[in-house]
Amino acid sequence: MAKVLMKGNEAIAEAAIKAGCTHFFGYPITPQNQIPEYMSKRMPQVGGTFIQAESEVSAINMVYGAAGAGARAMTSSSSPGISLKQEGISYIACAQLPCLIVNIIRSGPGLGGILPSQGDYFQATKGGGHGDYHLVVLAPSSVQEAADLVAEGFDIADQYRIPVMILGDGMIGQMMEPVEFKEHEGRKLPEKTWAANGWKDKSHPRRIVNSLYIEAEAMEEVNCQLQEKYAEITKNETRVQEIMTDDAEYIIAAFGTTARIAKNAALKAREMGIKVGVIRPVTLWPFPTEAFSKAADKAKGILCVEMNTGQMIEDVRLAVNGKVPVEFYGTTGGFVPTPAAVVEALEKLKEGR
Amino acid sequence: MAKVFQKTKMLTDVPFHYCPGCTHGIIHRLVAECIEEMGLQDKAVGIAPVGCAVFAYNYFDCDMMEAAHGRAPAVATGIKRTCPDDLVFTYQGDGDLASIGTAEIVHAAARGEKITAIFVNNAIYGMTGGQMAPTTLVGQVTTTSPYGRNPETQGMPVRMSEMLGTLDGAYYIERTSVHDVPNIVKTKKAIKKAFEYQMEGKGFSMVEILSTCPTNWGLNPVEALKWLEENMIPHYPLGVTKEGR
Repeated sequence: MAKVLMKGNEAIAEAAIKAGCTHFFGYPITPQNQIPEYMSKRMPQVGGTFIQAESEVSAINMVYGAAGAGARAMTSSSSPGISLKQEGISYIACAQLPCLIVNIIRSGPGLGGILPSQGDYFQATKGGGHGDYHLVVLAPSSVQEAADLVAEGFDIADQYRIPVMILGDGMIGQMMEPVEFKEHEGRKLPEKTWAANGWKDKSHPRRIVNSLYIEAEAMEEVNCQLQEKYAEITKNETRVQEIMTDDAEYIIAAFGTTARIAKNAALKAREMGIKVGVIRPVTLWPFPTEAFSKAADKAKGILCVEMNTGQMIEDVRLAVNGKVPVEFYGTTGGFVPTPAAVVEALEKLKEGR
Repeated sequence: MAKVFQKTKMLTDVPFHYCPGCTHGIIHRLVAECIEEMGLQDKAVGIAPVGCAVFAYNYFDCDMMEAAHGRAPAVATGIKRTCPDDLVFTYQGDGDLASIGTAEIVHAAARGEKITAIFVNNAIYGMTGGQMAPTTLVGQVTTTSPYGRNPETQGMPVRMSEMLGTLDGAYYIERTSVHDVPNIVKTKKAIKKAFEYQMEGKGFSMVEILSTCPTNWGLNPVEALKWLEENMIPHYPLGVTKEGR
């Protein structure tokens, strides 16, 4: 298939349609509006459902209902809207329903601003809502990768019965890049025998989609099940990209669009004679702990670069476990780090300043 | 000997957890009987609320989902849009539907979602121990209106059926009661009509059923039925507030 020039938001929406998403529930919020807009046009063309809900709260609960009835369902929003969805996401996680949630992050906290940010890393990777749970969090760094990860995200969701989040910043959503909608092989997925959509086949018990376990023993069993699933996902689905790390004396840790700036900074630093590589987690949860741990055995230091005030750095430090210094450079929402500023931060790290 | 009554097969054998004298049990039976009589067990998907009926999924013998507090109409929307031929119903109390879930019920009705809400109004939060609800009557004493509901500071009780009856997407809204046998019979007819309209694809339907809460009202079951009739019905008149377009 030929490449087309598309905004990240539109590419995500089209990729979802191509991945067989049949139900989209959303609510307007900048900078992700092109996703629901695109869906409102495309869903009727493919016999799917688009609903502009009365709120983000309602939209995520529509996802709960549709996913619980067996549909390939998704929603998208941006930071304040994702906060509103957290109750529903926690229920979906506990009820073990598959779905895709897209967060095109804007700056915060509060109403914040509409410019790009990576300030929702904590919220996305540490659960976000109440209770002991995780989402699988995928962080694309290009429009192409965003499109590719949508299909993968749906498959991961279905395979493990888990909500999956695509975590992009406003840049991913708004910038235009060439994208090719590749033929997605797709995984062999289990049948959704658990879906509550009318008890037609009496050979199995009726289905109950639920997140209420009033007895401590039953609640503990569900939590243990979830943890087993998270361990399996960590084993099978952790993804990371390593760039120029083989001979690197210093490592930049960065995700999403920031990783592209990090790569430019690494190239610039190499011109100056500093051997720098980049480790880019593609899955923010599960976090590629091993890649950082191994890198810390060889490298002299790690610089974590984020479009926030330092969130992923906590996971990097845990992974590195004190083996080498881990320093931070970041900009808050709306300001994008420049390669020159990253190089300067690298020099400081090198000099131990 | 001729059998004159038997429990509907649409209810499981799990014993109800409801308090003695509470009319949730009657309403459960009526809903279940309607589904059985209409032959819709294999098409029914019910949504349990948060509140006294939170365990409804243990009792209705069909596919069920448990929703977050107030969100049942949104969950029902997702199910119905996935399975348009199913009978999708929510079972919600007044805290769930008339307080925290007002946005969801209003917009499900406004969109004309082809779902049915069974709205059980007992003018109080039962499960959490008797707090004031939006439907609590003026002067009614609850654990959070210990001096009686004061309209100056706590507003007037909300009439959901009248409110939703103003929406074009609502096809059938009726308020009934279960305080005596003739009204129980009327309630069953209303539930069946709501389900029939849904299966005919007419639009949103809701049956608001006035119900008792002897435990939190501080009355015995017989007094509670009388209290409902004398105090609730004057503020919540029975009848159809919307039928057709």
